[in-house]
Amino acid sequence: MSPLDLLRSYTRKRQTNVAEIFVRVSNKSADIPFFGSKVSAGFPSPAADHVEVRLSADQYLVKNPTATYFVRVKGDSMVNAGIYSGDVLVVDRSVEPSIGQIILAEVDGEFTVKYLGQNQLVPANAHYSAIPFDEADTVALIGVVTGSMRKFP
Amino acid sequence: MTRTIALIDVNNFYVSCERAFNPRLKYQPVVVLSNNDGCVISRSNEAKALGIKMGEPWFKCQAMARQYGVEALSSNYALYADMSNRVMSILADFSPHQEVYSIDECFLELTGFAQKDLIAYGQLMKTRIFKWTGLPVCVGVGATKTLAKIANNIAKKNIKFNGLCNLSNIKHEELNHLLHAMEAGEVWGVGRQLALKLKARGIDTALDLKRADPVYIRQSFGVVMEKIVHELNGTLCIDLEEVAPPRKQILSSRSFGDAVSDYQSLAASITLYMSRAAEKLRGQQSVASVIQVYIRTSPFKLDQAQYSNSMTIPLPTPTDDTRQLVKMALWALKRIYKPHYSYVKAGVSLGDLISKASMPLDFFTSPDSSDRSTALMRTVDRINAKMGRESIKLASEGFDRSWQMKQGNKSPNYTTSWEQILCVKDKAFSF
Repeated sequence: MSPLDLLRSYTRKRQTNVAEIFVRVSNKSADIPFFGSKVSAGFPSPAADHVEVRLSADQYLVKNPTATYFVRVKGDSMVNAGIYSGDVLVVDRSVEPSIGQIILAEVDGEFTVKYLGQNQLVPANAHYSAIPFDEADTVALIGVVTGSMRKFP
Repeated sequence: MTRTIALIDVNNFYVSCERAFNPRLKYQPVVVLSNNDGCVISRSNEAKALGIKMGEPWFKCQAMARQYGVEALSSNYALYADMSNRVMSILADFSPHQEVYSIDECFLELTGFAQKDLIAYGQLMKTRIFKWTGLPVCVGVGATKTLAKIANNIAKKNIKFNGLCNLSNIKHEELNHLLHAMEAGEVWGVGRQLALKLKARGIDTALDLKRADPVYIRQSFGVVMEKIVHELNGTLCIDLEEVAPPRKQILSSRSFGDAVSDYQSLAASITLYMSRAAEKLRGQQSVASVIQVYIRTSPFKLDQAQYSNSMTIPLPTPTDDTRQLVKMALWALKRIYKPHYSYVKAGVSLGDLISKASMPLDFFTSPDSSDRSTALMRTVDRINAKMGRESIKLASEGFDRSWQMKQGNKSPNYTTSWEQILCVKDKAFSF
């Protein structure tokens, strides 16, 4: 029986008030819906008390979906922070940036990922130089990089 | 009890979405064009200042746009829809009662919040939305939806308000002064046509309308205009609709990228539009009793032969089955199609929608076949929702989509496609 069939049969029962269902589908991810059941007739499943939400990468990486964006890195200016070209970064705009964090900033109309330093954006690669704030007159701190994802071919 | 209602909307929504992901656009005039790059549907303030009008056909602005370096973008609805959802869910945290009024605006019930400083509360909304999405909004507050709309309008037009205007606690004289400066036609619900009729009766400004006799207004303009008069006076007549009522009509139409003349292409497009419309129909648990199909040539190409026609067909049994709806639509298309014309637009509409649950049983349709159709359509919708649009479709939609719309300058789907997410490149800061 597929999860959908199972769910459907539960829903049918619900209409006749036999079962009570809780369906929780995590935000936008395609994992299987979780449901706990309380069927009044028959022998109760011994596992029913122990069903929990299956782990999802979404839930691990994203705290505030409304303010979270994904960006792909091109370049090696942050390699010593473990960020490689092609990595997908998780950017949370709702987190207030503080010094020492990796942030997404806007410099002269372009986005860049760097460490936030005292009045400067600091790369994690000796081949790049820091970007002082006062020189680039249009620097905006957009959000904090809270995670990174990489797939292997 | 006096109510307190806020209207929040995003400034130049589509342009602002584009700018949030492409900061370079912040320093130049930008417009977003409608489907098929036809007309201007969103303008940055700079583009407005250049005199580019809303809805203006793009080809008419092109020469001027080149001169001033106006960036014209194709519409990217996947992006706008996602950003809209983000804004709406941020705002939902500010009140237990929210009416999403359109893709870029919503009403919030703030009754009972009156003790709080509403300007500060509005500022919090503004700040959070900008921080979390990069989109600028304006907040207007009033005792009714109509006054909230007016407050929002004032906040948008006067820089000194800083995007925030609260009409719910200002003095009567002050409110009247603001309404006096506003034309009656600018009031929510009063269109250009009605504004002219009002003017003919000596009602020029929003203040005139507020002071008009409701009984007289009702007799001359009907009950909707009477409600507006009451709303201007602070009496709520148009309440928040937290759940959108099911639509009574569903439209699906597009302009073609290149004009088509052959029946095959038209039939494929009609099948596609009808499939989309039927999906929406099932999404709101309705069935359609009437369908309409139309096709037309370009009214802008005056040198070409013009033809447009439509056909409306009442259905023997109301249905939501894509197969039946498409069959009827193609039957109609065959009757209105004429060869040798260059068609630029086609569309379908579903009308007289009724709730599927309340559909009367029919003497000629066996309940069994209707159950099977429901099950089939549900399965198709589920597969398409899971595996991506058009995983399963009718073959008559065709596979060659050469007639599909032109989107010459569309931005990437930054938030809805892994292949197209924002790319952050190292700049020439290296040495």
